[in-house]
Amino acid sequence: MLKHLLASAALLACATAASAEVKVGLITTLSGGGAGLGIDTRDGFMLAVEEAGRDDLDVVVEDDQQKPDVAVQIADRMIQSDKVDLLTGIVWSNLAMAVVPAATAQGLFYLSTNAAPAQLAGKGCNPNYFSVSYQNDNLHEAAGAYATGADFKKTFILAPNYPAGKDSLNGFKRFFKGELAGEVYTKLGQTDYAAEIAQIRASGADSVFFFLPGGMGISFLKQYADSGVELPLVGPAFSFDQNILQAVGDAALGVKNTSSWNKDLENESNAHFVEAYLAKYDRLPSLYSAQGYDTALLLLSALEKADIADKDAFRAALEEADFSSVRGEFKFSPSHHPIQDIYVREVVKEGDILTNKIVGTAIEDRGHAYEDECKM
Amino acid sequence: MTPILIAEQVLNGLQSGVMLFLMAAGLTLIFGVMGLINLAHGSLYMVGAFAAAATAVATGSFLLALVAALAAAAAAGALVERLVIRRLYDRDHLDQVLATFALILIFSEGTRWIFGSFPLYLDIPQALSGPVTLPGGIQYPLYRLFLIGMGLVVAALLFWLIACTRLGIRIRAGENDREMIAALGVDIARLYTLVFALGAALAGLAGALVGAIQSVQVGMGEPVLILAFVVIVIGGIGSIEGALVGALLVGLTDTLGGIFLPQLLALFMEPAAATQTGAALASMAIYVLMAAVLVWRPTGLFGARA
Repeated sequence: MLKHLLASAALLACATAASAEVKVGLITTLSGGGAGLGIDTRDGFMLAVEEAGRDDLDVVVEDDQQKPDVAVQIADRMIQSDKVDLLTGIVWSNLAMAVVPAATAQGLFYLSTNAAPAQLAGKGCNPNYFSVSYQNDNLHEAAGAYATGADFKKTFILAPNYPAGKDSLNGFKRFFKGELAGEVYTKLGQTDYAAEIAQIRASGADSVFFFLPGGMGISFLKQYADSGVELPLVGPAFSFDQNILQAVGDAALGVKNTSSWNKDLENESNAHFVEAYLAKYDRLPSLYSAQGYDTALLLLSALEKADIADKDAFRAALEEADFSSVRGEFKFSPSHHPIQDIYVREVVKEGDILTNKIVGTAIEDRGHAYEDECKM
Repeated sequence: MTPILIAEQVLNGLQSGVMLFLMAAGLTLIFGVMGLINLAHGSLYMVGAFAAAATAVATGSFLLALVAALAAAAAAGALVERLVIRRLYDRDHLDQVLATFALILIFSEGTRWIFGSFPLYLDIPQALSGPVTLPGGIQYPLYRLFLIGMGLVVAALLFWLIACTRLGIRIRAGENDREMIAALGVDIARLYTLVFALGAALAGLAGALVGAIQSVQVGMGEPVLILAFVVIVIGGIGSIEGALVGALLVGLTDTLGGIFLPQLLALFMEPAAATQTGAALASMAIYVLMAAVLVWRPTGLFGARA
């Protein structure tokens, strides 16, 4: 009896080993306040994997709880005992900084579905690191370009006091030609913006740029709409994502925001993606879903061309970026970051659902500001 | 720096102070009467906000939403007291912290399981939305004035309850000597459940009121919980007066510090450096306040003198 069991166990082990030639570790946030972003990333990624129907591709999904130490533990376990070939999925830059350099140093590939801090784009770039999403500054730069184009003369800018917040305001200022009416760093996780809104009112600004991801943005938008200050708002897509908009409500209507993707982008891949996502998960995709989907498409395209065990060939296949991105045209810069158009969207109401509509292009073919610092 | 801006910021500080009081009052009552450190108090705040959001969507009535928040938080509080907290009164504080921390995780994931991972929608009622013009030309959101009023009314009710009712007498007696009031025939177990439910209801009310202008999401209670602990340490643990004064102090320090410290530094620093240093200093301001109060009065402003 025992013999039989052992034999069948061994057989099973052989079977899985044979059918799973490529192992991918997807580490993302699936619990806590930031879970929505990770769930979208995972669902987008898995949609493309399922559509491809490859039975030699095995994806291990783990929850990092938005904690750097947990993410590092999971990555170690995936590398040591699951023997993954490639990691992906991290949403937050501080988690990416904890995981990515160590993973790429061990020769693993890392494909970023979202987080792309300046450190990994410039001096810390690595041949095995690819950002499929953007470089963190991009959407803020686009907001700066939009503000310049919209002829804003005096903009009040605010962001949370942490590295991505500083990058955000620097990115905005890089492309904004007007004058600043004020520059404020708020506390990370702050939920009451009455004091800042009073400052905006008193500053004589003609417009406001803000980067407040997640719940911070919801709080700010609700309070801003109720304050009677009616200056135009502009911000990166993070505070206007599909899943957040419903919680903000009508307070977001008409606000301009910058994004590398939207559901109404006209290309075949995107039309298919939006429809398939809606059919499978019964909700509209977000930017995170789109980036997850694109990352899986890139991975699948490279797997078609090269064996992941042959790192140089696989890297070359990734660099070609031979997949039809839901963002339309897509190619990698020498530092493995996208060169892509960044759009301006406006929040509109379709029936009862708040969503975004593309109203223009903020920057065309944008790479990133740290390209020259990357030596590889 | 205009007088209008200063007045507006003082109002903002007051508003955040009275909401903080609702949280801190429950926390300090529970600690004072039962000697229990309840880390899960922030979860009850979240329960209130979620109950309000769900009710507001279902019925469209903000008033019903507030009632639902009070009821849901009180019920959750009473339930938790009966099932978990009751076993902890005789244990040391470390066990209490461990068990109530576990409750935070259970509440958070439970809420996520029921309501999903995305923030919920809860809006200000139409009648209270938009700004009003106050004497002196200050434009101020009506809803925030409502919050200040509501907070003060609840504070007055609470003082009346503690000072003038039989329940209040029992609560005060329980703070002083719980064996003695048990010996006098007061059902101490019921009193504890009642106090815990009262504290929970206050937290739930705060969650619902504040949820209308903030994001109703999992984990929204924890940042407020930290502030509420600072408040009761400043005010003196177990003291409702202390909680009120502490909450107003923390609210004002937090709001005014965030605005005026960067501007103060800008007088003698580079603007960019002043913004960053000011923001960093401002986030420390309430802890500096707490340290200063503790140096001056080690048991807090209204704490029992050792």
